[in-house]
Amino acid sequence: MPHFLDFEKPIADLEGKIEELRHLSDGEINIADEVGKLEGKVERQLRQTYGRLTAWQKVQVARHPGRPKCGDYVSTLIDEFVPLAGDRLYSEDAALVAGLGRFRGRPVAVLGHEKGNDTESRIAHNFGMARPEGYRKAQRVMDLANRFDLPLLSFVDTSGAYPGVGAEERGQSEAIARSIQSCLSLTVPFVSVIIGEGGSGGAIAIATANKIFMLEHAVYSVISPEGCASILWRDGARAQEAAEALKITAQDLMGLKLIDGIIEEPLGGAQRDPGVTIQAVGEQIGDALDTFAGMDGDALKNHRREKFAALGTAGLI
Amino acid sequence: MSWLSEFVRPKIRALVGGNDVPDNLWHKCPACEQMLFHRELEEHLHVCHACGHHLRVSAKQRLEMLFDDGAFTIVDLPAVTADPLKFRDSRRYTDRLKDAQSKSGEREAILVAHGKIKGQDAVIAAFNFSFMGGSMGQAVGAALLTAADTAVARNAALIAIPASGGARMQEGMLSLIQMPRTVIAIDRVREAGLPYFVLLTDPTTGGVSASFAMLGDIQIAEPGAMIGFAGKRVIQDTVREELPEGFQTAEYLRDHGMVDMVVPRGELPETIGRLISLLRGQSDHDNSPLVAIPAPTPDAS
Repeated sequence: MPHFLDFEKPIADLEGKIEELRHLSDGEINIADEVGKLEGKVERQLRQTYGRLTAWQKVQVARHPGRPKCGDYVSTLIDEFVPLAGDRLYSEDAALVAGLGRFRGRPVAVLGHEKGNDTESRIAHNFGMARPEGYRKAQRVMDLANRFDLPLLSFVDTSGAYPGVGAEERGQSEAIARSIQSCLSLTVPFVSVIIGEGGSGGAIAIATANKIFMLEHAVYSVISPEGCASILWRDGARAQEAAEALKITAQDLMGLKLIDGIIEEPLGGAQRDPGVTIQAVGEQIGDALDTFAGMDGDALKNHRREKFAALGTAGLI
Repeated sequence: MSWLSEFVRPKIRALVGGNDVPDNLWHKCPACEQMLFHRELEEHLHVCHACGHHLRVSAKQRLEMLFDDGAFTIVDLPAVTADPLKFRDSRRYTDRLKDAQSKSGEREAILVAHGKIKGQDAVIAAFNFSFMGGSMGQAVGAALLTAADTAVARNAALIAIPASGGARMQEGMLSLIQMPRTVIAIDRVREAGLPYFVLLTDPTTGGVSASFAMLGDIQIAEPGAMIGFAGKRVIQDTVREELPEGFQTAEYLRDHGMVDMVVPRGELPETIGRLISLLRGQSDHDNSPLVAIPAPTPDAS
């Protein structure tokens, strides 16, 4: 049973009808015409709905349980993937996946937040909310990438770093800060893709990259719309307004020149065709890596630094 | 209400001068509720003489307390787009900014100045918590870059003094992007071979604590300061259990290995001056005023 979002109700109804027809017909009545008509309607509905999603609707799409997760990208795009565990200081953190593998034949290092695909794996991955250990593992892998000249890819999908007692005691702030510093010290190409939710410091800790892309319906924000609403509006229920005001969509951030490109999703969102989405992401990563061919380590590091030093000074005109 | 409260009290109030007394002559200590006379409070560097609580102070007061003889030169800060997102919640962001500016008399939540601390060249970037919670937007990020460049140009140590709830939400992603920008700033100081210290003051949380504020060569905290990544309420809602005693205080962080030392306000200039001198390899006959200072006790708090 596919999962439908609240605003997808008309689409869910139509698809329910199609399903019903198919179920009833058992081959005797010709239902092709009727189904075809309904499918046309579904497509129109999807085009209409997804053509003008509000910021809040995008938040819901970005959090869609059926959306491809980090692990799906890694298993499709990265050959010979070898996951690496642990920060060598305290623990392993399954919320932040790290490893080595081949992207189109070329050895790369990979980082990403893993939210999980079902209840069991969501719990195992702590819903993609990393602890300090995750960010320290990231630093370890960035160091490896530097030393062995491996381009770094990151798949960002987190509601934020984990807010827990242990995480605070073990220096969540320091771990994130140091991870940003590691990103900035890389002498290899670093390409980051926001595949779902880019949640604040927990996201930018592995997204301070040479090139940053966002999926069409992904969001990237300094604070969750709910959190912002409860602080500024003193009412968590005003999240819709907060989402709009915060300018968190890929389109908004492209307008602010904070990202380098938007990767188109299949009609109706990535969850409707994970395979096509993942291939599109792969194409974009490949193209981005190509643009850095022949650049030496210092040039790559300076490119990243100068880019961020120049960012975040202007605004909407 | 008895006849006493109705009739006698107004007369007593009239007797002591009533509304003629400016309301800022007395401050109540937020920790022990002791009434503190303003002149005395200033003499004690805004530390409660009854309980030792360190009250919050403005950026300007920080500069006056730390630089030798209270002498320093304010560094001009670059102008940035004031309201980049045309943000509006229950009020316009531009109105909130104007309010903060007129209340504080400052342009933004940060001041940068250069001068000497116990004879050592230093640049200080100090936050004003009273200015929109010391939140970090484009102006604050740009100010930290300026502070770093000033330190490098003047061959001086950089001291960051955060007092901030974190990123400025009203600037959306443009505020989040200040995290890497401030890290770039301190990397410039680092690469110039100059010391970079952080003095963590009450409070330091969120995107500020998770960027430049945790990357000091030496991390100093003021007694009792609240320091952390996530807010207490958020953590409580997540873990649904009692938080440990003293959680997220300066002393708690020291005990968990996150800061080097907790230093009372009065000892800060000596401590900072001494550390700069030690890191910069000066021998004690280099005209150092630090010779006579007693060694700090291991537990300065």
